[in-house]
Amino acid sequence: MNLGPHVSFIVAAYSVTAVVVAALIGWIVSDYAAQRRVLGELDASGVRRRSRQTNEDTAKGAS
Amino acid sequence: MAVIDLANPTRFLTLVNRVLPWLAALTAIVFAYGLYRVAGAPDDYQQGATVKIMFLHVPAAWLAMMGWGLMTVAAFGTLVWRHPLADVAGKAAAPIGAAFTFICLVTGSLWGRPTWGTYWVWDARLTSVLVLFLLYLGMLALYWTAEDPNRSSRAAAILALVGAINIPIIKFSVDWWNTLHQPASIIRMAGAAIDPSILWPLLTMALAFTLLFFTLHLAAMRNEILRRRVRSMRMMQAREVAA
Repeated sequence: MNLGPHVSFIVAAYSVTAVVVAALIGWIVSDYAAQRRVLGELDASGVRRRSRQTNEDTAKGAS
Repeated sequence: MAVIDLANPTRFLTLVNRVLPWLAALTAIVFAYGLYRVAGAPDDYQQGATVKIMFLHVPAAWLAMMGWGLMTVAAFGTLVWRHPLADVAGKAAAPIGAAFTFICLVTGSLWGRPTWGTYWVWDARLTSVLVLFLLYLGMLALYWTAEDPNRSSRAAAILALVGAINIPIIKFSVDWWNTLHQPASIIRMAGAAIDPSILWPLLTMALAFTLLFFTLHLAAMRNEILRRRVRSMRMMQAREVAA
């Protein structure tokens, strides 16, 4: 594939796009991991969300 | 599952966790095919090989505008319908839309230098897209500096609605003003003015980028829902400690 005399501009455009998309994906993936980790820590420390507490209380009441 | 069920964050998360892997896989497949078509696309008779930059620049431009359009719909959801996930959708779209706007501006400049002889001109199209990028940055600043998401949601929704006026300005700028940027050649009343050998790879890349946008958007919405759960659980923990 011959990209002509302006190959550096074409390569730069695809490189910038790849870097930005990769950074976006990396940020979203790492953010998800961080939120899951913190939620796990809060769960382990005994904190329950109101809706989860309500569901557990309902289940206990039913049994 | 009815659409209304998706207003429940837990049900929405369940759906996202099921759909996301398939959406990501489909995105990768379409990208692979799109890049294959791009590699085989002929050179333009005027632009030469630099037409290959268009396969990035045009989809990025479309998605930059679509991102703000999505935020505008989310703003209606926040202010009018009070949908629980509307603000989550708007906040999740902002960084993705900003990234695509940045790609549009940079790839446009890299295309402009060999074609027009300049990286930048202050014509209506380029300036209005730069304004869109600045609006995105303002939106991100609003979301990321507010401690309470409930407080920022209203202000962000109003900014999204105000900024929406820029979208038709971007679209019709090449018709309303004398611009260096060329007029529309795809979405026009007379039909596309591009040869199929370049049009089809372009539309394939546009589909790939659109799938990427929605994949990232759903993932970002998932993150935001989890982030708000962390916040409410930390507040509960603080109340328990205080008690």
